[in-house]
Amino acid sequence: MILTNTEEVPGRAIREFYGVVSGSTVRAKHFGKDFLAGLKNLVGGELKGYTELLNEARQEATSRMVEEARGLGANAVVNVRFATTSVTQGAAEIFAYGTAVRVD
Amino acid sequence: MDQLLVSAFLLALGFVSGKSIEHFHFQDLAKRERRHRRLLALTTRRVPADWRVEDAMLLTGSVVISLDYWKRFAAGIRQLFGGNVRSFETLFERARREALLRLKEAAAAKGCDALIGVRLESAELVNQGANGKGTAGVELIAFGTGLRVKR
Repeated sequence: MILTNTEEVPGRAIREFYGVVSGSTVRAKHFGKDFLAGLKNLVGGELKGYTELLNEARQEATSRMVEEARGLGANAVVNVRFATTSVTQGAAEIFAYGTAVRVD
Repeated sequence: MDQLLVSAFLLALGFVSGKSIEHFHFQDLAKRERRHRRLLALTTRRVPADWRVEDAMLLTGSVVISLDYWKRFAAGIRQLFGGNVRSFETLFERARREALLRLKEAAAAKGCDALIGVRLESAELVNQGANGKGTAGVELIAFGTGLRVKR
């Protein structure tokens, strides 16, 4: 499965469009990580636990999107976008969407 | 009185540690940016006509950075008077450069020669308490399409 965030897959022609595919995941903060982040808030610097959380969530959302595209018979997803929404105080939704296509 | 002492201690701790962490982060950024200087990152989406693309893939880089206690205090004071909130400016700069660098590092690791369609977006996973509670931080995602190019 080829993913790009451009209108087409460079070097390949699009043969068929299958429409929008998306994937999302809602992640809650881990209590232990949040406690450590609280300490880190005093001294500043990268919150590695949260960076990891963000990465995992994005990968999860992306793989769900890819599953949907595969189910439609696509072999690529173009114009991929990411969005995040805070659901409640402790949780956030990570959303990935794009257009499923078939390329050469 | 005790509370005042604790606050003063936390402010001093934030000031010293925040300053040094920031200093080393900027040094580290400059060093890594030099290493990846030749990897071209474009925000445009069209592939330049003379490139022969062999492979394309979606790549990402992200980071979550927090303010220190002193800077959050200073930003709070600044909000009373208006003007440039310096502590947030450097925070955003660090986060943006770090996210872009991680994107470039991901591209280099995959053997890409260039990135097109690069976008920088902020995310909101962490709850940002204006009152200093919660985790006031900046989350940035950089993403783009990495290309293996034959020239």
